[in-house]
Amino acid sequence: MTGPAPVVPGPAPAQPPGEAPRRFLMGSAAIAEAMIGAGCRFFAGYPMTPFTEVLEHMARRLPAVGGVCMNAESELEAVGMAWGAAATGTPAATGSTGQGLSLMQESLAEITLARLPLVVLDMARGQGDYWQATRGGGHGDYRHIVLAPGDVAEAVELVHTAFDLAATWRNPVLVFGDYYLAHTARSVSIGPDAPAGAARPDWALTGASGGSGHAKLVSFLGSAKQRDNVGYDLSTHYAACAEHTARMLGGVTPRAECGFTDDAEVVVVAFGTPGGYVRAAVRSLRREGVAVGWVRPVTLVPFPSAVIADAARGARAVAVYENNTGQMVDDVRLSVLGAAPVEFIGGLSMDPSGFGIAPDLDVGVLRRRILDVVERHR
Amino acid sequence: MTDADRHRAIATDGPPTRPARLVDDFTPALVDTGAHHLCPGCGEPIAVRALMEVIEDLALERRTIAVFGIGCYTAFSNNLDVEVLQALHGRAPSVATGVKRALPDTVAVTVQGDGDMVSEGLQEVLHAAARGESITCVMLNNGVFGETGGHMTATTVLGQRTKTSLEGRDPVAHGRPILLADLVARLDGAAYVGRGAVNSAGNVARTKRMLRRALETQTAGAGFSLVEILTMCPTGWFIETQDAPSYLDDNLGAVHTGGVLKDVGAGTGPPP
Repeated sequence: MTGPAPVVPGPAPAQPPGEAPRRFLMGSAAIAEAMIGAGCRFFAGYPMTPFTEVLEHMARRLPAVGGVCMNAESELEAVGMAWGAAATGTPAATGSTGQGLSLMQESLAEITLARLPLVVLDMARGQGDYWQATRGGGHGDYRHIVLAPGDVAEAVELVHTAFDLAATWRNPVLVFGDYYLAHTARSVSIGPDAPAGAARPDWALTGASGGSGHAKLVSFLGSAKQRDNVGYDLSTHYAACAEHTARMLGGVTPRAECGFTDDAEVVVVAFGTPGGYVRAAVRSLRREGVAVGWVRPVTLVPFPSAVIADAARGARAVAVYENNTGQMVDDVRLSVLGAAPVEFIGGLSMDPSGFGIAPDLDVGVLRRRILDVVERHR
Repeated sequence: MTDADRHRAIATDGPPTRPARLVDDFTPALVDTGAHHLCPGCGEPIAVRALMEVIEDLALERRTIAVFGIGCYTAFSNNLDVEVLQALHGRAPSVATGVKRALPDTVAVTVQGDGDMVSEGLQEVLHAAARGESITCVMLNNGVFGETGGHMTATTVLGQRTKTSLEGRDPVAHGRPILLADLVARLDGAAYVGRGAVNSAGNVARTKRMLRRALETQTAGAGFSLVEILTMCPTGWFIETQDAPSYLDDNLGAVHTGGVLKDVGAGTGPPP
């Protein structure tokens, strides 16, 4: 047999034990390196800012570790290619901006119902993709796990977590980044690499079970064969998918970071890059004696409702900053359940740059908006 | 031969002179069951069976991953004894690309209809062919969306009546059909392109030779291969079942003409 060697799930070439050396990397490159370190050996994408540099980096680096990177003819084919690779048990990922992910939604829904692990990057323009990411833009009853890194170092960690969770739950995991994350350089440690020689999971297609009388099937219509019967048992399959989703959402620990929430009169909630700006604004207000606190959800699905409810206990109000016109604010309201008023203090996702470079993402602006909430609820 | 003659030809006055042939003797090994819910006179089961027989003949059943599209033929996606990956309507070529690139030793075969490959997913097959992707795409072309009940597809021929071209496909109102195999054959990455049919025993045999050459093209790593197979759809054509084979020749087959459109010579089987 001629042609390229099969893609083997496993680590990047060996590196010294202990913590990997720190490298000064742009967020896009760090995310790409983290994916390779986590065992990703198949990546497909279509260029679109601010996702482009992740694709560039994977195109350069994946072949060097025996992987495959495809510059697909559109996002539709990118997710299709990732689907095929994932079905062979090869750790696979795709991604785009929210706009490109809009094109992929039909496949993302069905990949989930086919119980396939896949990591999906949303290098979003602003945060207007929150509903798309957390509710899903596709059809049917499915959920993705959604992780929202606040900076490059956390993105590296969460990319590893994403591959682990995808494999554990056989479910797509979405990593929600943004323009700032993609284009911020930081000194990060990429390791550790995924364990060597990971076996292909038993459900994975390799062709080898053909002719045995029990050839494998991977289908979003149900992968159980209906012997001496006709068609698929869709009701059984969809019920099993719903049960799996419930188990997954209960099995993944929600994560959030918070500060100054014990005695806060106003708690400010923000995720991703804006979470860091909110933290800075709250810290500077605290130095002036203003009783405010902050919460940054790290998992958007499952949503850290208990952390937010706890932080809001005793608060006069909860404020939500998002780089959109108000999407996560719904989940914050569902978490607080009327215990405190929830106010939206965010901006627009479709700002003049088009890339999500929010003009109001500024510590001075955030201080004024938070103080305004404090004063109105004194 | 009359029925009476036929009965006389069977000797009943002694033990049989040769073993009885059972239904199983005619059942291809890679099809799990004879049951399916497709209409009488449908050509798709013949085409799927032909594909499975060729895979078996070439001893590729332990390397094959069949990527199914969505159409009536999807009924076969869970009763074959080769591995199957179910794809969305139109999306099988990119999914098969992912399979083949991840596991280059596999034989990746898509099974799609004309609605799936030519209407919904035309760019998928064109780009896969242009890349010279080492996969084989099999397109079952009956010129209608059979599963939805006989609607116009991109391959419906001029004058053909469908539920969305009630007075016949009109070039002004509906446009002209896309001749998929002809289109793919013009792409440099396509190494084998053939168009067969399953409306006669001779055409089935010829189509099987095309499938064999296409799969051999893939295993030789020579590039992309496509076999378009014209299939009968009496239900979607709104004609009597027994008229479908000749209707295929007179209508679909007169426009989507059969034959080998391209063969770089990588296959070793007999030429169709």
